[in-house]
Amino acid sequence: MTLGAFIQEKNKPEGWNRPLAMKPDGDGELLEVAMGPHHPSTHGVFRMDVSLDGERVIRLKPVFGYLHRNHEKLAEGMSYLGSMPFTDRLDYICSLTNNWAYALAVEELTGQAVPERAEYLRVILGELTRIVNHASSIGFLIQEMGASGTPLMYAFKARENVLDLFEALTGARMMCNYMRFGGCRVDASPAWLEDTRKVVAGLPQFVDEFERLLTGNEILMARCQGIGILKPELAVNAGVTGPMLRASGVNYDIRKVDGYGIYNRFPFRVPLGEHWDVYDRFMIRLLEIRESIKILEQALKEIPTGTVMDSKAKIRGFRPKPGEAYGRIEAPKGELGFYLISDGGPNPYRYRVRPPSLINLTILEDMSLGQNVADVVLIFGSVDIVLGEVDR
Amino acid sequence: MLGEGLLKGLAETARNFVGSFVSKERLTTVQYPEQRIAPIEATRDFPFLVYDGGDWQAGMRCVACQICEKECPPKCIYIVKSTDKKPDYVGKPQFYPARFDIDISVCMSCQICVEVCPFEAIKMDTEFELSTTDRFGGLLFDRERLAKSDEYYHRIHPTEATAVDARLAEGKAKAEIKTTTAAIASAVKGAEIPARPAGDGD
Amino acid sequence: MTERLDQIFVLLEQWLVGFLPGAWRPAAGVVLSVVTIICLFPALFALTTVFERKGLARIQNRIGPNRVGWLGILQPVADGIKSLTKEDIVPLSADAAVHFLAPLLLVVAVFMGFAVLPMGRNMVLVDVDAGLLFFFAIGASTELSVFMAGWSSRNKYSLLGAMRAVAQMISYEVPLLMSSVAVVMITGSLSLTKIVAAQNHYTWGLPHWYIFTPWGLAGFLMYAIAATAETNRSPFDLPEGESELVAGYHTEYSGFKFALFFLGEYLAMFSISGLGTTLFLGGWSAPLQVLGWVPSWIWFFSKLMLSIFVFIWLRGTLPRLRQDQLMNFAWKFVLPLTLLNLLVAAAWRFLGDGWERWVVCSAVLLMAYVGMGWSGMRRGHFGPRRYRYAE
Repeated sequence: MTLGAFIQEKNKPEGWNRPLAMKPDGDGELLEVAMGPHHPSTHGVFRMDVSLDGERVIRLKPVFGYLHRNHEKLAEGMSYLGSMPFTDRLDYICSLTNNWAYALAVEELTGQAVPERAEYLRVILGELTRIVNHASSIGFLIQEMGASGTPLMYAFKARENVLDLFEALTGARMMCNYMRFGGCRVDASPAWLEDTRKVVAGLPQFVDEFERLLTGNEILMARCQGIGILKPELAVNAGVTGPMLRASGVNYDIRKVDGYGIYNRFPFRVPLGEHWDVYDRFMIRLLEIRESIKILEQALKEIPTGTVMDSKAKIRGFRPKPGEAYGRIEAPKGELGFYLISDGGPNPYRYRVRPPSLINLTILEDMSLGQNVADVVLIFGSVDIVLGEVDR
Repeated sequence: MLGEGLLKGLAETARNFVGSFVSKERLTTVQYPEQRIAPIEATRDFPFLVYDGGDWQAGMRCVACQICEKECPPKCIYIVKSTDKKPDYVGKPQFYPARFDIDISVCMSCQICVEVCPFEAIKMDTEFELSTTDRFGGLLFDRERLAKSDEYYHRIHPTEATAVDARLAEGKAKAEIKTTTAAIASAVKGAEIPARPAGDGD
Repeated sequence: MTERLDQIFVLLEQWLVGFLPGAWRPAAGVVLSVVTIICLFPALFALTTVFERKGLARIQNRIGPNRVGWLGILQPVADGIKSLTKEDIVPLSADAAVHFLAPLLLVVAVFMGFAVLPMGRNMVLVDVDAGLLFFFAIGASTELSVFMAGWSSRNKYSLLGAMRAVAQMISYEVPLLMSSVAVVMITGSLSLTKIVAAQNHYTWGLPHWYIFTPWGLAGFLMYAIAATAETNRSPFDLPEGESELVAGYHTEYSGFKFALFFLGEYLAMFSISGLGTTLFLGGWSAPLQVLGWVPSWIWFFSKLMLSIFVFIWLRGTLPRLRQDQLMNFAWKFVLPLTLLNLLVAAAWRFLGDGWERWVVCSAVLLMAYVGMGWSGMRRGHFGPRRYRYAE
């Protein structure tokens, strides 16, 4: 089912305005627990105030803001180029896709064109980031289930190779600061492309090993199947995007819908989930890693020669004409969008980030009601958030 | 059959356990600090100021234009311009920084100062073992601490340094052509026009 | 010569005790053995902590602790010094006497369990006729100490964790006992030395260990699952899982008392593995008749360390089961299979010698296992899935 079909079919899906908390049955009093902010498995500083009836969750209130760093207000006082390193630190695991979304927004504002080699490099780096993010996310989910971090370490071993590639090209492993308005900062040498091909050639073996360790594991299936079900109508109405939405069976991938950059040249499939639970979410991420590997192989073969930045493009001291623009990409966590309003000055008038992690987090309560408290940790892990993005 | 997936998982971990003793790519840990992995060339840590030649004060390329101070996102650079001038690499008299402080506890290694510098004066260093016990001044680098020679730059970033040298040589050649053509033009002008009374300076 | 090596500890004890007058000798002998056990098993525990950290590390493709001493072998010394020098905090509202006694009870109960394990030929501390019964009776006191710890802390989260732990341990006591009952039935005695002696025969050089029979293999697997649950090891370590809501029964313990809980848990692991070795793996008997010249205590301790290695391997691979899932597993899967195992063991005995009994017993057990597994997965709607792609 596509997104449009849902919106047409049901204008008011059942349950959209039901009260948020359940009533406890039995006459015992509720146990109120605050999970976090100091907690080994909350992906950062995040607190959940849960009310429990025995082991079942009756209410859940997420409390965040512990990592708020005034990113949007700072950007109003900084030039457009100066905000680029701060976008690295939003979703700090996937810095390159954050850079890309911001560059896309500014290019839409100014109408700047991007050379073809730069587009290919952006796709290559974006897909490498997606693979790294999905592998780490699966690893962290299993770590929370108590496997003492073994799949996490395997994911990190693959991630180290990719981070070395990032360091060789952009200079830094995580805070890359690489995309610019109109292209990329530096060109990639043929030696770098060769190294990337080697790393990508080693990735299918890693995914196979990962899959062998996980799928078919009965304990994993028992823990994750049937937990945290998110109905497609609720997902669409809550604005959930990314792998969570696709695991709920809705076919919505911005790479296919918008076709930004040169994504319409790459034939890749979009996996969809049918049971809408935690197990589906993490299997969708695993399948998306395989699709990303296909995109990478094709992009590395087809990358043309040329420049990566128009030599006449201004990066500092530019004043875009007054107007507004919204640039969005399919970040590994969902739809990451930047909304910019320019008033003709060197700083943006309004700079707004649409954080996928925060918007995906709003239905944590709906997914967790009635579940066991031990499962809340898993449901939370399957949403795959990064607090830097939630709090900005 | 129940338990099959578990056994497959156990076989996978066993393979990793045995493999970590025999193959290098299974055990990628390096015993730091006795062993180190060779640093990647393009890595960037904190900025430093490049100087040509032997004397760091005379050969410093920075002309205190303060563009990096303006563009730095966390505003970690503090520059005070000098009052006198000294010649730069093409011989033109330029200002120089009397103070150039970078607070590396604030610097986020974003490399924007390097990108916007028009004089190839500030570049990124690769040193990261900078911890100090002096919590007040230990992480505030002044210009003497920041000044490192061009040979050092060639050692840490060879490809980048050769490209920079090529650009500087090109700039110098263009400047020399301009001065020689200007000299010829003024010589020609001086020959044709009669001597003007003193006081009309050009 | 090999005989002397095999009996070297017995001979050493007799020689040392010989220095004392006659009336004192039996008591002195026992005291000497007790002191040996009290020194040996904690040393083994120290070695196991390093072994575990390095084993987990190698599974995860990294090196474990390797700074303290050669290959990190002095790491437990560092950990011990750390735990001894930490402040011992007792909460103000806690029940101080019970709070103090809980770790003591755990350690004492577990040490007493070592008294009946035959660690080599003629190397049992006390040869009790009902050794197995004694072992299980004492082992059940460990659950008491867990509950004491949770109750005395006056902390509702510790109490919840303790109640969960006790529920888990009690549920898995039953399969543990039932799988041992099959061994008792076939041997005809509760005495552990007789059980080992019954397995110490060889046919064509291969041993008569009970694990090499169909009912023995099934019994051993169920014993292993129950033992993992009894000692709160992964995948059954929900009561002490750090990433769960409830922090566990040993939250309010710090310093040396916490180290005692840790020690008690590992010693429980040793003693339960020791019992499993005795019951199913032939105790101190050698795997092949030709290897009989190797001393018996070496075999016992190698089998023990092998079991510990399997525990560590399981911990590094498997995620945790949820509390209700593991209770379901105990009552609805493991217990029926242990009861069936009893019947199969009886059938084994009465079908007479020959190949028929092998076929019948293996077939019955295999069908039961596959059938119950399949129906269990169906009931919980679990199963591998196929995914479709958008068109």
